[in-house]
Amino acid sequence: MRRPPRWVPVVGMVAVLGLAPLTGVYPVFLMKALCFALFACAFNLLLGYAGLLSFGHALFFGAAGYATAHAAKVWGWPPEGAVLFGTGVAAGYGLAVGALAIRRQGIYFAMVTLALAQMAYFYYLKAPFTGGEDGIQAVPRGQLFGVVDLEAMLPLYYTVLAVFLGGYLLIQRVVHSPFGQVLQAVRENEPRAVSLGYEPDHYKLLAFVLSAALAGLAGGMKALVFQLASLTDVHWHTSGAVILMTLLGGLGTLLGPVVGAFLVVALEHSLAQLGSWVLVAEGTLFVLCVLTFRRGLVGELGRLFRRPG
Amino acid sequence: MSTVFGVPVQALLGQLLVGLINGSFYALLSLGLAIIFGLLQVVNFAHGAFYTLGAFAAWFLLTLAGVGYLGALVLAPLAVGLVGALVERTMLKRLGGMDPIYGLLLTFGLALMIQGLLQNQYGSSGQPYEMPAWLSGGYALGFMFLPRYRAWVVGFSVVVCGATWFVIERTRLGATLRAATENPALVQAFGINVPRLVTLTYGVGVALAALAGVLAAPIYRVSPLMGADLIIVVFAVVVIGGMGSILGSILTGFALGLIEGLTKVYYPEASSTVIFAVMALVLLVKPSGLFGRTA
Repeated sequence: MRRPPRWVPVVGMVAVLGLAPLTGVYPVFLMKALCFALFACAFNLLLGYAGLLSFGHALFFGAAGYATAHAAKVWGWPPEGAVLFGTGVAAGYGLAVGALAIRRQGIYFAMVTLALAQMAYFYYLKAPFTGGEDGIQAVPRGQLFGVVDLEAMLPLYYTVLAVFLGGYLLIQRVVHSPFGQVLQAVRENEPRAVSLGYEPDHYKLLAFVLSAALAGLAGGMKALVFQLASLTDVHWHTSGAVILMTLLGGLGTLLGPVVGAFLVVALEHSLAQLGSWVLVAEGTLFVLCVLTFRRGLVGELGRLFRRPG
Repeated sequence: MSTVFGVPVQALLGQLLVGLINGSFYALLSLGLAIIFGLLQVVNFAHGAFYTLGAFAAWFLLTLAGVGYLGALVLAPLAVGLVGALVERTMLKRLGGMDPIYGLLLTFGLALMIQGLLQNQYGSSGQPYEMPAWLSGGYALGFMFLPRYRAWVVGFSVVVCGATWFVIERTRLGATLRAATENPALVQAFGINVPRLVTLTYGVGVALAALAGVLAAPIYRVSPLMGADLIIVVFAVVVIGGMGSILGSILTGFALGLIEGLTKVYYPEASSTVIFAVMALVLLVKPSGLFGRTA
């Protein structure tokens, strides 16, 4: 069976997600899932295509949330400016963390990113502007480009959807660009990429910054949607959650992280009343994914369809 | 009273002792991680959860069976080590030869499960564990007061670390183990049951984590969260030390505990992040770690 063209899943997503809030699905749930979907896609760009397991991606997501909330609330910036500021802050962090972390490979890379993210967590816990355990609350959403009122639910939803689709298309473009091909070559065989004349570290660092920036874009949007930036988003549990989303949906597939994000957010939503059973459920999913279906839902489905005969 | 750089000697020594105790836990935990990583190529993210389980096992033994501290020191690591061996047999074994990332993710999932189950049952605040009477109190050394239990923790972990080092570097069993990390197929060909050795190794590494948990129980509250943040610090210790050698992880563990203690005296704001800062510095200067052999 031939692979469907690249635009098919995008059109499908636009149709489903564009109509979803009109069918009575709780829009805040959808927006949360969209923010995490973009976050997971950004993470997947790194792990799925560059083979780099960042265990500290919550840092970029959460730091952008704080930056966006601060810019919008204290400096009174418009939403587009605040989110862009958050994205920039995340990219800056990405440059610093990435430059340090790519000095080690494989699982050491994961440990370094985790440790640096934990360092940032302690910083945000103590820093005067973050509000400690309370976070930055009542963040104003404002007027997008001075025209669209984001306090109203539907304009907000379609803005989030547009940002998500923009990020998704950008990642799709990157993955299929020469840059993305080199990344995958580095992932498959780094010495070979070196002998072909590429500098793997440059590609890895650029991918890291790009992924951090997109994770930041997602975190900034989430801060606007929930009008809140808090420690939860920089905690290592969020780093774990985004790994689970990607793994569950399908590593190295474009659509996988989106599916995984919706599933995990729905799971957290439905288990929210049951306290720590969320952790148990997520842990179980991790174990099951690693032991039985490492390609994830989308990956395994794709394999079924491509099987000859 | 005499001071060192403006800090009273007593306060300085007190914090150094606290640092040494934290260092004992870092050393025991990174030692277990190094042993497991050496033979299984698995970064055992569940190590912190097994440390927590060790503390809980001591607490269970006391409250349910009336078994005291000394009994727990033997039985808890044994029980948790058996759980570890079971985990290796049923799950980790199936990841052999795959990208080590999967081992990390699997054990991360296990850590979440253990933490979540304990939190559901016992909440997040934790339970106190009574210090054994014969270890309470302390010695007045003239220049400072040395709590007996703290001295015991440091002494005990130095002995355990030393014994582990001796077994691995100086005995026949250790030689087999080191050979199996270099070339499992060859060792297998000599008629040694490598899969059993692997299971045993994972069990022993996990038991070391549980032992640290028992030691920690009378000092901290026995809480489901006690291992979660600690393991990230230990990972930083491992990156600094390089996980290349047994001795390296022991020395790095103690040294970083001391550095943390010193920071608490001179610049308390940075005490929770100083180890990560050292890690960043080491990565800039010597990416393979202080005792690391390969990058």
